[in-house]
Amino acid sequence: MALKSTPVLFGLLTRLSRRTFSTSKALASKPVTVRDALNQALDEEMARDETVFLLGEEVAQYDGAYKVSRGLWKKYGDKRVIDTPITEAGFAGIAVGAAFAGLRPVCEFMTFNFSMQAIDHVINSAAKTFYMSAGAVPVPVVFRGPNGAAAGVAAQHSQCFGAWYSHCPGLKVLMPYSSEDAKGLLKAAIRDPDPVVFLEDEILYGVPFAMSDEALADDFVLPIGKAKVERAGQHVTLVCAGKATDTALQAANQLAGEGIECEVINLRSLRPLDFDTIAQSVAKTHHLVTVEQGWPQSGIGAEICARVMESPAFFELDAPAWRVSGADVPMPYARSLETLALPRPPDVAAAVRAVLANRGECFMHTPCLGEGTVVMWDSLPEWEHTH
Amino acid sequence: MALRAGVTFVKLNSLRQATRLLSTHTRPDVCQNGGTSEFPGAKAPYVNEIKFLNENSYDPIPIYRVMDSNGRIIDSREEPNIDKESLINMYRNMIQLNQMDKILYESQRQGRISFYMTNYGEEGIHMGSAAALSPRDLVFAQYREVGVLLHRGITVSELVNQCYGNCEDPGKGRQMPVHYGSKQHNIVTISSPLATQLPQAVGAAYALKRMPNNDRCVICYFGEGAASEGDAHAAFNFAATLDCPIILMCRNNGYAISTPSSEQYRGDGIAARGPAFGLHTIRVDGTDTLAVYRAVASARDLAVSNKPVLIEAMSYRVGHHSTSDDSSAYRSVEEIQKWAKDESPVQKLRLYLEGKGYWDAEAETQCVKEARDTVVRAMQDAEKKKLPHWKEMLEDVYYDMPPKLQKQMKQMEKHLEKYQEHYPLNKYLNE
Ligand SMILES: Cc1ncc(C[n+]2csc(CCOP(=O)(O)OP(=O)(O)O)c2C)c(N)n1
Ligand SMILES: [Mg+2]
Repeated sequence: MALKSTPVLFGLLTRLSRRTFSTSKALASKPVTVRDALNQALDEEMARDETVFLLGEEVAQYDGAYKVSRGLWKKYGDKRVIDTPITEAGFAGIAVGAAFAGLRPVCEFMTFNFSMQAIDHVINSAAKTFYMSAGAVPVPVVFRGPNGAAAGVAAQHSQCFGAWYSHCPGLKVLMPYSSEDAKGLLKAAIRDPDPVVFLEDEILYGVPFAMSDEALADDFVLPIGKAKVERAGQHVTLVCAGKATDTALQAANQLAGEGIECEVINLRSLRPLDFDTIAQSVAKTHHLVTVEQGWPQSGIGAEICARVMESPAFFELDAPAWRVSGADVPMPYARSLETLALPRPPDVAAAVRAVLANRGECFMHTPCLGEGTVVMWDSLPEWEHTH
Repeated sequence: MALRAGVTFVKLNSLRQATRLLSTHTRPDVCQNGGTSEFPGAKAPYVNEIKFLNENSYDPIPIYRVMDSNGRIIDSREEPNIDKESLINMYRNMIQLNQMDKILYESQRQGRISFYMTNYGEEGIHMGSAAALSPRDLVFAQYREVGVLLHRGITVSELVNQCYGNCEDPGKGRQMPVHYGSKQHNIVTISSPLATQLPQAVGAAYALKRMPNNDRCVICYFGEGAASEGDAHAAFNFAATLDCPIILMCRNNGYAISTPSSEQYRGDGIAARGPAFGLHTIRVDGTDTLAVYRAVASARDLAVSNKPVLIEAMSYRVGHHSTSDDSSAYRSVEEIQKWAKDESPVQKLRLYLEGKGYWDAEAETQCVKEARDTVVRAMQDAEKKKLPHWKEMLEDVYYDMPPKLQKQMKQMEKHLEKYQEHYPLNKYLNE
């Protein structure tokens, strides 16, 4: 077996010493991949609390299918890092039962696509037992793993479960974007007394983000239910989470060149949803576009639009809100189509331009642009050319 | 069952109509002195002594073999009666499979396709089982059974086109590589979530059973890892309780990605579950193509008379799990070598053929070259072919395309007409 603990320990020590010696935040900020940030969070929480343990397919010896648990088995042993047989319904149930009995399991799904095998445990047991036991049995379990579209793995391996899980009372649903999000939110999830569904992104695992001294510290925890304004702007509010944050930020960059300033809100948490931050932003920008990778119907954007309708924020809008979402089809395999089935920065930019120009007739005809980027293919250059 | 002195696990109807019995013995010798119960849930004898059974209560289920490692027949009565042409065809398909795996694996490394999985070490299971079935029998595969597809007559070109997702991919470029399927060849399209094919296969077998004068059965392949899923157990139970015409074919290749079978289950493998579920069960040497052939042929006889069968074919996954895996992280080169060389199903069949005077070094060289050329040609062609029509992205989401998608399609059509120069439309099929 590959014994990889030494580099991890070494990395940890260097991080610790660097932290000790750094004085200024800017100097200390260093790039850390989302994968390493998640690994740090797991490591720190396992060191902090003996009841925390990790289980799932390939998480121990093999360091996890995506290497998120690298070095942890070597460090914490069989008792705390458990390779399971291929039985999602089994190990998700075991995680829920262990949480009933007072442990804090972190249950890794190789990908959230396979959580479908175990969804009864997540929804009918994890999410409801505290309620059904009249508050006697808390279920402090974390279900985590990569969610959403990966690359070139087609219909059954590329879908976002954000909307699915965020539908359910009793669950908390987090969707980190950056390394800071990943670390701070995972630590919060593990410490939280409620069951948390933690939706990571395979494509982001290898992406480095600068992490501040503060975020590198082992007491760094982010609040659950609080969004982060990734970029301030006064013309339009872009609401997104996870990988879609990257899409929105790229669009915002592009639009800044045209004099359009976007405020980009990274939700971080889908449930509870930080609607206050959205409402405040809308009160400033008067325009709203949501961006998500999942399908449009009953999606995250749909929820946000509904909440705007039901709140005074509605009266702040100068134009109807728009959704940009994944295309309303199962994910195609062909790379070219896969790219187009997911929201791209130009799709978001086009939606922003349309919303700012309040082109009523367009959305009257296509009441949800989010019905896919497919619609965008039509709309995008047309607007560019005709207006 | 546990209380009997001898337990019959398997009844093999020999091709020569001789009936053979393979039996293993239970260890606990329980005295039977209290009569037999009439509980609805178990008709079993009473005893007056506490005795727990455990995994050592039974002898291990034996592994049926026809050949030794040198391709020599161990007991001539067991040698199957397969004609020369069919034997050579089985062997050629193995070589074809090996060459295809080699080249497509490389092509993934070169970034030409996104993913691939090889079949090394399991060729015997593929060819032995495929040859023993009727082409009308319905196949539910997991993903590592490509030899079965070749044997059914699916061409290398079709397989390569699927991996490339081009316009001649029968799956219209919608699935990831190796998720083959062919309605025409009675092969159900492969699905990624493990073990879902198992209860579905039982459902299909049940459907076959309802047809009058059915002479077809279903064969469902699955790994020993997938056998841990709840779906596998549901399938065993339903196959038995519904008396379905099905062969449940477990490929026990020792690993599920990095998880060795020793961590996947306890007890005597997958076969031990068969009798417990009421399934006719046999364990066979999966590196012995002739043994697999014999076992599946006998199993088929049982299955078509609505006696469901579980087969555990023992083998070794010689290749990495997939292009996303590096198995050197969890197993030694020596371990792989033993199975790749001494116990290679391809080598065993070749030695058998050579012994019969059907094959020689020259034929081998020629066959390998042809097989290689076939794959290289198929790949060169596949790369030149157009991609499926862009409209395919919106087709088949529903049986009848809903207005919403129709509208998107029309908008896109108009748009592409107007701005064709901005899109690589020449790469896609049009009409
Ligand atoms: C429900 C589900 N869980 C996990 C996976 C990921 N996965 C793909 S193949 C595999 C190993 C399967 O091993 P086995 O059944 O023994 O078949 P083998 O690869 O050895 O042929 C795993 C865990 C999956 N595809 N589906
Ligand atoms: Mg296996």
